Amino acid sequence: MHLILFLFFGGICVAGAVNLLVQRHPINSALSLVVVMASLAGEYLLLGAEFVAAIQVIVYAGAIMVLFIFTIMLLNAGEEVRSKGSRVAAMLGVPGVMIAGVLIAWILLRHSNTAAVSMFALPGDPRAIARLLFRDFLLPFEVTSVLILIAIMGAVVLASKPEAVARPSAAEPAQREVRELVASGRER
Amino acid sequence: MSITTFAIISIIKSAAVVFVLLTAVAYSVWLERKVSAHIQNRWGPTRVGPFGLLQPLADGVKFIFKEDLTQPYVYKTLYIASPIIAVVFAITAISVIPFGNSITIGPITTQLQITDLNIGLLVVLGITSMGVYGIALAGWSSNSKYSLLGGLRASAQMISYEVSLGLSLIPVLIFAGSFSLREIVNKQHHLHWNFFFFPFGTLAFFIYLISAYAETNRTPFDLPEAESELVAGYHTEYSAMKFAMFFMAEYSNMVTVACLSTLLFFGGWLGPVFGPPIVQSLLPVLWFCLKVFFFMFLYVWVRWTLPRFRYDQLMAFGWKVLLPAAIANLVLAALVVALKPGIWLVN
Repeated sequence: MHLILFLFFGGICVAGAVNLLVQRHPINSALSLVVVMASLAGEYLLLGAEFVAAIQVIVYAGAIMVLFIFTIMLLNAGEEVRSKGSRVAAMLGVPGVMIAGVLIAWILLRHSNTAAVSMFALPGDPRAIARLLFRDFLLPFEVTSVLILIAIMGAVVLASKPEAVARPSAAEPAQREVRELVASGRER
Repeated sequence: MSITTFAIISIIKSAAVVFVLLTAVAYSVWLERKVSAHIQNRWGPTRVGPFGLLQPLADGVKFIFKEDLTQPYVYKTLYIASPIIAVVFAITAISVIPFGNSITIGPITTQLQITDLNIGLLVVLGITSMGVYGIALAGWSSNSKYSLLGGLRASAQMISYEVSLGLSLIPVLIFAGSFSLREIVNKQHHLHWNFFFFPFGTLAFFIYLISAYAETNRTPFDLPEAESELVAGYHTEYSAMKFAMFFMAEYSNMVTVACLSTLLFFGGWLGPVFGPPIVQSLLPVLWFCLKVFFFMFLYVWVRWTLPRFRYDQLMAFGWKVLLPAAIANLVLAALVVALKPGIWLVN
C-alpha cells in the first residue's frame, strides 16, 4: 500500500514537472508546479512528516504559487512562441544531462545497500520539529532568517528606485517637444 | 475496529457531514435574504413554503435548469475547472472540524468528526489557502476585464490577509499547545474560552474575524465582486450551476470560518450538559450549532450594516494595522506564557 501510494504521488510529481516544461502558456506551467508541490506534500505525508506536508501545502502551493499566478495574471503574459532552441543549449545541455544522469545512477548503484527511510521513522510531529529547529539548530535557523531579511531588503531597494526622479522617463522627449512648442509659440 | 467497519463509519460520517454542510449552505442563503430584508424593513422570500423556507430548493432547481453558457472567448479547461476547484476545497475543509464529543451507538463508539488529525488546524488553513486558485483562475480564464480585475483583487486580498489570519491564530496554539482542534477545544473547559483570555485571546479573536471576513470575500471586503464597479467580479461570465458552485464555495467557506471561530475562541461544543445519556451526547452538538449560527448571523449582520472598503484602504488596513497588531499580540502573548506559565495554561 505504501509503495503504491509512493509510486502514485511520485508519478504525479514527475508528470507535473514534465508538463511544466512542455506547456507553452505560463499559467499552465505555474499550475503544473502547483501539482508538483502538492504531490511532494503527499510524499512527505507518506514519510510520516505531516507537519512538513501541511507547511508545504500552505507555504508553497497556497502562498508562493498564488503569487506566481498573480504576477502572470497581472502581466497578462501570453503564450510563448516555440523556437527551435539555441545551438549552445543543444551542444552543452545534452552531454551535461547525460553526464549528470550517469553520475546519479553511479551514486545510486554504489549506495544501493543503504536502507531506505522507513515509514514514520522521521520526527514528524510539530513538537519534535520545533525542538530540532529552536534548540539543536537554533543558530543556522536564525542565520537563515537574517539571510531572508537581507533578501527582502534587497527587493525593497530594487523596487523603490530612488533614482527614478533623475532618470529621463519614457515621456521625456514628448514633454520636451511640448515645452519647446510652447516656448516657440510665446516668442511668436 | 476492523478496517471495514472503519471504512463504513467514515463513509457514513462523510456523507452525513457533507449533507448537513450543503443544507446549511442553502439555508444560509435563505438566512441572508431574510435577515437583509428585515434589516431594510422588507419581508424577503415569503412565497415558497412557510416563511419562504422552501426558497433554497426552488433556487437550486432554477440553477440546474438554467442555460449553461460558455462564452466563445474563454480558456475552456480552466474556465470549467475553476468553479470545481473552488467548491471542492471549500467543502473538503469541513473534514477535520469536530462537532462534539464521541457518540456510542450499540458496540461502536465514534467521534463526531470525520477525522481527528494532530495537525487539524494546519489542514484547514492549507485547504482554504488552496481555494484561492478557484477564484483567481476563474477571473483569468473568463478572459474579460471585469473578471480579471475581480480575480486579481481576490488573490491580492487573500494573500495579504492570510498572513495576519495565520499570525492571529498562533496565540491560541500557544495556549492550547496543540494543532488538534479537538484538543484546543478540550483545553477551554470551564469557560476558559480563549476569547476571555483578555487581552491576547480577545485581540486575537478580532484580528482573526476581520481577516477571515477578508479571506471569504465578504462585505466590507467584497471588492472582488464589487457589483457597482466590476459587474460581478470573478464570476461575471458564469451562469447556471457553475455560478451556483461559486456561491456554494463562498457560503461553505463562511461555515468553515464560523466553525473555526467557535472551536478556537468560544469553546466549541462545550456548554451545560444534563439529562439522560442520549440528551447528554447530543447537547454539545446543539451548543456547537448555536454558536456557529451566531457567527453566520454575524456575517449577514455585518454585510448589511457596513459599507465597502476602498481598495487602497483595504490594503493599507491589512498590512499597516492588522499585521503589526497580530505580530505584537503574538509576541506579547508568547512572552507572558513563557514568563508566567501558570496564569494562562489551564492545566
